[in-house]
Amino acid sequence: MTIRVGKAADAKKFPIAAEELVNNAQLRHNVRHATDVIRGKRARVVAEMPDWENLRNAAHAIKEHTIRYLDSYLVQFEEACQRRGGQVHWARDADEANQIIVDLIQSRQQNEVIKVKTMTSDEIQLNRALEAAGITPHETDLADLIVQLGEDEPSHIVVPALHRNRMEIREIFLRKMKLKELGSDPQDLAAAARSYLREKFLRVKTAISGANFLVAETGSVCVVESEGNGRMCVSLPQVLITVAGIEKVIPTFRDLEVFLQLLSRSATGERMNPYNSVWTGPTPGDGPQEFHVVLLDNGRTNVMSDAEARSTLDCIRCGACLNACPVYRQTGGHAYGSIYAGPIGAIVTPQLQSMEHSQSLPFASSLCGACYEACPVKINIPEILIHLRAKVVERGDAPLFERAAMKAAAVSLASSGNFSAAQKVARVAQRPFAREGKLQHLPGMLAGWTDVRDLSAIPKESFREWWSKREGKESE
Amino acid sequence: MARDSLRISLFVACYNDMLFPETGKAVVRVLERLGHTVEFRSAQTCCGQMHYNTGYQEDALRLMRRFLQVFEGAEVICVPSSSCVAMMREHYPKMAAGAGDAPLGAKVQAVLPHIFEFSELLVDKLGVTDVGAFYPHSVTLHTSCHALRSLHVGDKPVKLLKGVRGLTLVELPHSDECCGFGGTFAVKNPDVSAAMLGDKLRCVLNTGVEVCTAVDNSCLMHIGGALSRQRSGVRTAHLAEILASTETEGKS
Repeated sequence: MTIRVGKAADAKKFPIAAEELVNNAQLRHNVRHATDVIRGKRARVVAEMPDWENLRNAAHAIKEHTIRYLDSYLVQFEEACQRRGGQVHWARDADEANQIIVDLIQSRQQNEVIKVKTMTSDEIQLNRALEAAGITPHETDLADLIVQLGEDEPSHIVVPALHRNRMEIREIFLRKMKLKELGSDPQDLAAAARSYLREKFLRVKTAISGANFLVAETGSVCVVESEGNGRMCVSLPQVLITVAGIEKVIPTFRDLEVFLQLLSRSATGERMNPYNSVWTGPTPGDGPQEFHVVLLDNGRTNVMSDAEARSTLDCIRCGACLNACPVYRQTGGHAYGSIYAGPIGAIVTPQLQSMEHSQSLPFASSLCGACYEACPVKINIPEILIHLRAKVVERGDAPLFERAAMKAAAVSLASSGNFSAAQKVARVAQRPFAREGKLQHLPGMLAGWTDVRDLSAIPKESFREWWSKREGKESE
Repeated sequence: MARDSLRISLFVACYNDMLFPETGKAVVRVLERLGHTVEFRSAQTCCGQMHYNTGYQEDALRLMRRFLQVFEGAEVICVPSSSCVAMMREHYPKMAAGAGDAPLGAKVQAVLPHIFEFSELLVDKLGVTDVGAFYPHSVTLHTSCHALRSLHVGDKPVKLLKGVRGLTLVELPHSDECCGFGGTFAVKNPDVSAAMLGDKLRCVLNTGVEVCTAVDNSCLMHIGGALSRQRSGVRTAHLAEILASTETEGKS
């Protein structure tokens, strides 16, 4: 079994990828602007909710319950879906899922598909597998289309082309849609995408979607979106294939009440998504006549086995933690080397890969807590980040210098005598570097600090030395 | 104010002890000025936060055991560092549970109600917002992430600053955004940390103040390090140092 999360296994370490990105002024401007806009909208529609905290608590409780009993809810979903004429396929990993989907398309003699925005398909690199099998995938979500045409990678869970501005998008459209002229107003860009996509909606016979929710009780699939392109995909073609992670299941239709309120407000700052599509098996003479669901594990069961990090699977992919994160806001999503970026990506990506790759991600956070505060299902991301850091250290994968420094610190802090001695040693050791009470150039890893900041030199007298002198005087 | 004199045990925090002794001294001055007795249990070292947050859980657990032993029986524990208090409140119970040591968990539960971050101690426990300070400078307050999101100190530091004579308080824009320190984060991710710090510095400098304060010297070490490097002419001072200043004792 090979678990794959996009190209994460081969990605650069976060600090190295970030170094390049923070020097990209255009990208930083774009990311800052876009996240500011979404954050502002979110803040307004969250503030008007009298029961926001209750909704968060309810969502957390539903998710925790569902993940605990996921085995039975998945079987319930399978039975309900099949009862309504859907077919359910189980995929242990990315390759299995891709093979199932390729087989379904090829056995129907098709060589094109239209796609609704689905992160899961990016996780398994479905487009690459389709192309290898001679099948052309057409992304229909506007942002995904921009990413696909720009031969780019998504940089945000909800807004994959957030790192691009209008002028850049115009340039991509002009080049790839072979247009003679095009304005840069949102209306112009949307109109160009519309005429490019309409023809595909009407022609292509197979669609692939992701799922925001799978309802165990009814066997329904729910996708929410803003553009209506998803609605086209789930209603026009003959065959509809949904690929979804097993954690997308919720117990009852009624539970959507909680999640649909939280998701749209958290994700795009809208009170309700413009398009909420829920489908339950095929309906004769209306919409797709054949319906498949591919349930994907790809490492999720492993995540579930870790009680301290299990709530990672509660995520409803709203992206609020990305927008709130001061780290993400500096780098954008590409620094994370995974289709799952930001704080949630920093805990999802390494865990899906059993901590074998992406080990720099749990450290890509200042632990400021803005993600936890924004999370609509109350995933304590900082706690899980720390938990994963401990796993990296336990495996012996932390850098040698860091391990030595931490060991030295632990010994120094093990007793007040050691600490006093260490303070004296440090005071001497800093001498070659100290000038006017400041350290401005330190060697090794510490240069990361002194490259842009001074460090106050260790003063002549520590607090404890001052105190013991003072006590001495008083007792005299 | 007619209040009993308390015996307050100071946990100064390891980095304050070594790098920012003036903060500890200032806490002592303020509390003694208010008529309380301050003790310093000299066996203390560190709460374990740096090790814990970087993934060195066993070392952190040893430091937690040490902290609990040193502060056993203390009536009031004052900590002039919000992130250390967050470490204790958020992680100590979990660490004890993880160690599968029930008596240790009981010790944690016993000590937690006695722990106060400096501004919490003054406003909540001692019920004062005017500590008789005089500080004729313009000041902006950086809201440390742990004070904001873990301790929920709210406007306690602001109330205390508003009680200082001569002080002009200027609001810091985007004050809920992290300065980019994050302990070892600043060293492990220097470029992102520097970018975050750049944003923070722009906000601080735009206020036009003389002094940037906070309830946590770790943030101030970070912000102050850049203010100093850029020869900005703006300095940092822990809240305690501002509150310790009087007309006759104009420290910092």
